[in-house]
Amino acid sequence: MPFIPHTAAETQAMLATLGLGTLDDLFAEIPQALLLQEPIALPSGLEQALDEQGLLELMQARASQDRPLCSFAGAGAYEHHIPQVVSQLLGRGELYSPYTPYQAEASQGSLQIMFEFQSMMAELLAVDVVNASVYDGASALAEAILMALRCHKKGLHKVLMADGVHPVYRQVATTMTSRLGVEIITLPHDGSGRMDEAAWRRMDAAEVAAVVVAQPNFYGVLEEPDVLVDWAQANGALAIAVVNPLCAAVLRPPGQWGRHGVDIVCGEAQSLGLPLSGGGPYLGFLGCRMAHVRQLPGRLVGESRDRQGRRAFTLTLQAREQHIRRARATSNICTNQGLCVVASAMTMALLGPQGLASKAATCHERTRELTERLTRIPGVRRLFAAPFFHEVVMDLGVAAEPVWQRLADLGFLAGFPLGCHDKKLDHCLLLCATETRSRAQIEDLAMAMSQVLGR
Amino acid sequence: MDGQQVQPQPHPAVPLLMEDSKPGRRAGTLVAGEDVRQALDDLPAHLLRCKPPAMPELSELQVVRHFTRLSQRNFSVDTNTYPLGSCTMKYNPRAAHAVASLAGLVTRHPHTPDAHNQGLLATLAELQQMLAAITGLPEVSLAPMGGAQGELAALAMMAAYHRDQGDGQRTEVLVPNSAHGTNPASAAMCGLKVREIATTPDGDVDTAALAAALSGKTAAVMLTNPSTLGTFERRITEIARMVHEAGALCYYDGANLNAILGRVRPADMGFDALHLNLHKTFATPHGGGGPGAGPVAASKRLAPYLPLPYVLETDGVFRLATAMERPQSIGVLGAFLGNVGVQLRAYAYLRLLGTAGLARISGHAVLNASYVAHGLHQAGYKLAYPQRRACHEFVVTLAAEAERHGFRAGDVAKRMLDFGIYAPTVYFPLLVSECLLIEPTETETKDELDRLIMVMSQIMEEGRTQPELLQQAPHLLPISRVDEVAAARHPVLTWRTTPEPGSPAPA
Repeated sequence: MPFIPHTAAETQAMLATLGLGTLDDLFAEIPQALLLQEPIALPSGLEQALDEQGLLELMQARASQDRPLCSFAGAGAYEHHIPQVVSQLLGRGELYSPYTPYQAEASQGSLQIMFEFQSMMAELLAVDVVNASVYDGASALAEAILMALRCHKKGLHKVLMADGVHPVYRQVATTMTSRLGVEIITLPHDGSGRMDEAAWRRMDAAEVAAVVVAQPNFYGVLEEPDVLVDWAQANGALAIAVVNPLCAAVLRPPGQWGRHGVDIVCGEAQSLGLPLSGGGPYLGFLGCRMAHVRQLPGRLVGESRDRQGRRAFTLTLQAREQHIRRARATSNICTNQGLCVVASAMTMALLGPQGLASKAATCHERTRELTERLTRIPGVRRLFAAPFFHEVVMDLGVAAEPVWQRLADLGFLAGFPLGCHDKKLDHCLLLCATETRSRAQIEDLAMAMSQVLGR
Repeated sequence: MDGQQVQPQPHPAVPLLMEDSKPGRRAGTLVAGEDVRQALDDLPAHLLRCKPPAMPELSELQVVRHFTRLSQRNFSVDTNTYPLGSCTMKYNPRAAHAVASLAGLVTRHPHTPDAHNQGLLATLAELQQMLAAITGLPEVSLAPMGGAQGELAALAMMAAYHRDQGDGQRTEVLVPNSAHGTNPASAAMCGLKVREIATTPDGDVDTAALAAALSGKTAAVMLTNPSTLGTFERRITEIARMVHEAGALCYYDGANLNAILGRVRPADMGFDALHLNLHKTFATPHGGGGPGAGPVAASKRLAPYLPLPYVLETDGVFRLATAMERPQSIGVLGAFLGNVGVQLRAYAYLRLLGTAGLARISGHAVLNASYVAHGLHQAGYKLAYPQRRACHEFVVTLAAEAERHGFRAGDVAKRMLDFGIYAPTVYFPLLVSECLLIEPTETETKDELDRLIMVMSQIMEEGRTQPELLQQAPHLLPISRVDEVAAARHPVLTWRTTPEPGSPAPA
């Protein structure tokens, strides 16, 4: 029987010990009317158990049913080479199958890895502390906003958000904060693709609890975050950064924005060693200055000592969490993305500071090449003039979605059509080329796009 | 070596990555060697990083050894009996891992057009259907990325439903005092007020207290059945009727579904919506704290509110539901489709079980728990609810031993580690003092259970004669008991602030 180790004789002996005859007798306390008389009918075609071989044959067929697309898509999820060390070590049962490390003495492996993740991420982002995960980048932003409101002493609930923050992140933030009376005001970008400075300068700063800015923003455009961070903090508001940590290997990290650095940083660390996997699991994170650490949601590991004075690690500041504080916790989050933290720690350790910088720079260089090549197609141009980093918006001059669909039929995932988030951008694709795309593939995409556009 | 000697040790500490780092060392073939400065020469200098981050520089072998040795400092389901109550630490089938790791799935971008994503969407649609069949509720969204996010989603759905019914004043959630901490925390994150309901001495919800608390302000009652006490709520049908008569809705926390899988459907008990923990009942790995998944199922009247995205099918063609066609949806909870890799593992597990496997899982889960409860009772452990049948887990209380011998539930738990058995859940549920919550799961053999009973009996004996043996435990692990109080009082959260080796512990 799958996953049941009992022999029939053992089952009978155990039942006899309990003074029972059958397994059904174990359920005698459940009212008869609730017990199913017939087995649950799984949907037609799914009732019969498969054996392992049958399962793998089925899933191999499902996995190869769709032609693999040569991807130039990012929009929050990036194809990177994942070192073999990561994929192979991650399957070790000692990392794959334990619970959250509540029993510190029996969980030093997971705990030390989380501590190392926190340490490397804090270094990379130049902030005091980074947690050992929330679900994903979008939910991290929602948590960051709620955290900022707790940290803000005056009980304000107005948050300014650049529309260069990932549109789905903004939707998630709305889903998760609107019931709590949070008011999110979205500020437009200007013609260059950056957050419009005049728009936020017009706001009454005294009413603002927090501002949110992404670097690079969703459109790949580099913002000028310093003035905004300084303006926010000078007016008593908190500054929240949304970043891709891989980019921070070469871009000025959020802990160094403005005069004092941001108050809270959050984002998605999928680019640090997690496969695309159709959309998850990925790795959300939040960081902050030490002064705010008691409002930080999510797991934190601290260094301590055992009774012999040896270095030891443990989950800490648990009074922030739901299992202690219940309705007054910083968040309801319990299970988070533990194994993704491990993958990301391994990746950072393997790449080192030079490797991370080199990978980020290569992605940028490839995207520059992609941009240069695509803009040679008549009528295709970069939409925004401001400098971009590792992702770019291309205006095709015609409705982009049908072109994107047509290119998919030709074997290319030609970025992401922006019209579904913003009608004004329905001629535009958001594209990137990571280190996994070759010059030849860029050329192939350009040829295919020329063909589809008839130019 | 400054004349220092190297001491032989059974469990040498693993240095931090940073302590093994040497400037200029590279991990072999992994760095492409691109000229960073040239690649970035189109960018304004003031937006670039001036100083590289102080991160470790290691060889590939060093990294492999580091993480392999650290892994050996963990207990896990693959290496140890792991009777952690409320967490359902069953075996995680390797075939499910293989399925989620298939190249065609693991490399798929979330923005792949639906027309080119049919194999994956078909699989997820079938998982939705199987979970609907198991729960008896017609519609499922796989989007929530953990149980707590599923709770939040379902409560938000209920709040939206009440609002649309002109019942926006329903802002209270009733939760039994035995509930998981996530229940009240999720309600609070949903902007709802939490009221706790008492439990009767035999472990059921106090229906008189419930009746008194129900009002025109009640939005929902959150229950798990069996409860966290490991007992089946026998008056559940009556409770659901009371809740519905009061105009409120019933929420099922699926954390304990393993006890009734294939035998009782939450819909038949009267629940309107629920979340499931794929990382519990459906055998996906816990990964040291996730990733999990918390799909939500809903009755017909709540289905329009389900979180997006989920898979819809028309004539054999699959697509993701959009906000346009589901305008009442509470919205999205994450950037993409949720934890797809976890969803695929749960799908694989269910296909390996088939219809016949479902009730067998719950039958043996309850058998194993009842068997251990019986054995421990014989060995002198006091069951918190001796008159009740243990479901998939049960509670023992060591209040008397704490009083008489001075050892606590947590001490028993730490001593179990010395025998290579992970500790049960300690001090939860909150309404039983000095408790252990024990859940062996169906994947343990009778021999392992006999050993668990024997070890715990022996520990009870040790506690009565030499309690300090328990109070000082563990003795045989790489480290002894960790000072959690100091860690919280003087948080050291990165190696930047790590004290020098050999310096005294913070006061």
